[in-house]
Amino acid sequence: MTKARAAHQAEPVTYREAMREAMREALAGDERVFLMGEDVGRYGGAFGVSLGLVEEFGPQRVRDTPLSESGFVGAGIGAAIAGLRPIVEVMTVNFSLLALDQILNNAATLLHMSGGQVSVPLVIRMTTGAGRQLAAQHSHSLEGWYAHIPGIRVLAPATLEDARYMLAPALADPDPVIIFEHGSLYNLSGVLPPDAGPVDLDSAAVRRPGSDISLITSGGSLGKTLEAAEQLAADHHVDAEVVDLRTLRPLDDATVIGSVRRTHRAVIVDEGWRTGGLSAEVAARITEHAFYDLDAPVERVCGAEVPVPYAAQLEQAALPQVPGIVAAARRAVG
Amino acid sequence: MAEFTMPALGADMTEGTLVEWLVHPGDQVHKGDIIAVVDTAKAAIEVECFESGVVERLLVEPDATVPVGTALAVITPAGKQPVAQAEQPAAPPAALTPAMTPLVRHLAEERGVDLAAVHGSGPGGRVTRADVLATSPPRAHPKGREARRPSTRAAEHAPEQPQRVPSAAGVERDTSAAGPHRPTAARVRATPLARRLAAEADIELAGIDGTGSGGAVRAADVRAALRGPSPVRKPQVAAPGRPEAMRRAIGDLMARSKREIPHYYLSTTIDLAAATGWLREQNRRLPVTERLVPAALLLKAAARAAREVPQLNGFFIEGSFAAAPEVHLGVAVSLRGGGLVAPAIHHAADLPLPELMARLRDLVARARAGRLRGSEATDPTITVTSLGDHGVEAVFGVIYPPQVALVGLGKVVERPWAVDGLLGVRPVVTATLSADHRASDGATGARYLAALERLLQKPEEL
Amino acid sequence: MNHDQAMALVQDVLTEIVPDADFTTIGPDTRFREALELDSLDFLNLVERLAERAGCRIDEDDYPRLVTLDSSATLLAERT
Repeated sequence: MTKARAAHQAEPVTYREAMREAMREALAGDERVFLMGEDVGRYGGAFGVSLGLVEEFGPQRVRDTPLSESGFVGAGIGAAIAGLRPIVEVMTVNFSLLALDQILNNAATLLHMSGGQVSVPLVIRMTTGAGRQLAAQHSHSLEGWYAHIPGIRVLAPATLEDARYMLAPALADPDPVIIFEHGSLYNLSGVLPPDAGPVDLDSAAVRRPGSDISLITSGGSLGKTLEAAEQLAADHHVDAEVVDLRTLRPLDDATVIGSVRRTHRAVIVDEGWRTGGLSAEVAARITEHAFYDLDAPVERVCGAEVPVPYAAQLEQAALPQVPGIVAAARRAVG
Repeated sequence: MAEFTMPALGADMTEGTLVEWLVHPGDQVHKGDIIAVVDTAKAAIEVECFESGVVERLLVEPDATVPVGTALAVITPAGKQPVAQAEQPAAPPAALTPAMTPLVRHLAEERGVDLAAVHGSGPGGRVTRADVLATSPPRAHPKGREARRPSTRAAEHAPEQPQRVPSAAGVERDTSAAGPHRPTAARVRATPLARRLAAEADIELAGIDGTGSGGAVRAADVRAALRGPSPVRKPQVAAPGRPEAMRRAIGDLMARSKREIPHYYLSTTIDLAAATGWLREQNRRLPVTERLVPAALLLKAAARAAREVPQLNGFFIEGSFAAAPEVHLGVAVSLRGGGLVAPAIHHAADLPLPELMARLRDLVARARAGRLRGSEATDPTITVTSLGDHGVEAVFGVIYPPQVALVGLGKVVERPWAVDGLLGVRPVVTATLSADHRASDGATGARYLAALERLLQKPEEL
Repeated sequence: MNHDQAMALVQDVLTEIVPDADFTTIGPDTRFREALELDSLDFLNLVERLAERAGCRIDEDDYPRLVTLDSSATLLAERT
């Protein structure tokens, strides 16, 4: 049984628990909201996020689905069109590929194709990322692909506060919202700030102010980026600013560009592959809007252009790590 | 291809008039050569060019007044292919090749068609497939294949790679010249920020050493250059003989100085007995041509003192002060008919006194003749103004932005003075300092005047 | 050189230094240094050229005598 936690309690909470509390609050507050996905009910969720919810809200509100992403995402789309507020949990982004047609061609596009008559207020939650030796087919970071699609909003909560509070505005959004939860974040533990409360979905956040270089990242890479910033300050006298994108689509240009304009250098850290990825989009925007403020080429620290390896040390070598981020920053600062 | 543009010789200059060209198209020029005389509101200034190469085209006629930044001439930098006009008598001078789609271009290459000779019948003179086919020689030109270079990449080619277009006669022609898309070999590799800072500070990138990758000039390099010896500034221009315009220009600059710079003023009276005595001894032995005037001593001392107090020697730019490593002493020179310029004696603190004297005379003469060099007009890191010859005992001047200090020297007068507890008469001068309170405070200014006084007590060491 | 020749020389040199020197207003007893606003460098120039043209030596001690056309001419006539 999970214990109910008030948002402003001073006890430590995990990312997992924060997301659970968000769902609980949503389920309790709006009867149109329901959760569905593989193993979300009796099992409590593949990653334990929905543990205890079916006991609290019953099987109508917390529904176990068959092993068919295309089917149950489609059902979620249908439910949303019909006036409900489904939270569809796709176990990982890897499996969402089986529902890509539903997400892209239906959820993202029905509003347009119906001339505004049909809106799809759907929230899809997906676990993403690598680092847990789940090998090539189960370690993708495809947020960049989804951020490519007009018609949907893409979120990447990287902090406890965002895990707790991004769900509510996502459910309120009349259009599809996809929430990416990096698998390594679930055990992230900490105390929610006492003033933690509703958040907006439109802005990126400067997690660490700095003056020499902008380190721009999101989701599971935020922790490593912050660590790199500390190392840069301690060992190399480089004062790095860390920007957490939070929303991957639409990107908050103002915050990102504003940061680069001040620091004149940028490193983008993204676990996805660099070719045609989210980092490429951010780099392009920096060139478009901050060209005359750049004192060095934009650096990117991304996943290696290989299928993610299974062996632990190979997998770690294939992902962005703190030394790589530090090195990129030092290259830019010169 | 480098453009020689109307320089901004001073923060307040917006336009200038080309007075005369000192070169002709086809002349070889070297970096630093004086190639034109330009008039501004203040004076005529001889303008140096910053490229070595060949003057290709003069774009502006004498007597034309153009805004700062306007291209005045085109110089083909040394090492670059000259415009291929001489080699292509039949080709249109401006176009690389006639407009055509990549497919048509491929076809032309395959057929060994001389693109320059093809008449384009498409819209806007575009060469169409039919045009190429119409001009194709009989098939299978042996040279066409080996000489083929994908000229579809014309615009994206790295600079300086000549493009070979197989002509009908099989002669390869270098068409790397001409055309609006031709990259310039003389383009300085610099970051966008560095480029912007250099433009804002009116200095040329070409003279700056770059520490970035591939020798790229970065913002830090530009800032270092601003503090360093003679950043190559876009040449300045001044115009003699227009006193009203000059008065207005000076007035604007002084008004701006007063508006933006929080001045503070300090004054001290310096015993010059040692200095004048020493000078007289020196001059007794020197021929007239080598004699030193007291001003030389004072200027040298002022420069040395500036070196001791670096907070007064440099520029206040972009909201902060950047000390200059060298002292380029600006000397205020009044011009006959009214007007004032303050050109620099470079490295004044290090010049032997006779040389400083010689430079001073040369500078004043040229300033009065309206023949200053660009670098002299833009380089002063601190300025001295002396109204001693006009009989004024003390002068509190207005700082020339972006400098942060102005030293004022009055007339050397005989005054009663306490010497060893007794009353004597000494030649004294009142030295003043006007300084920018954003860059220094009274204590710093006081140190400067104290240094000046100390230095002038040991003239033999100056 | 006699006095008149010396006078002419001084006027010539002054005209070189101050092209629009008006000798109708500058008489033989006018203190030309103030009238023509000669500064120390101008004055040095004057001394240099006079010494060269007249072929005589002019020391710093002589400078007080180079105040009017008349006194300057007298000095030069003495020395040459």
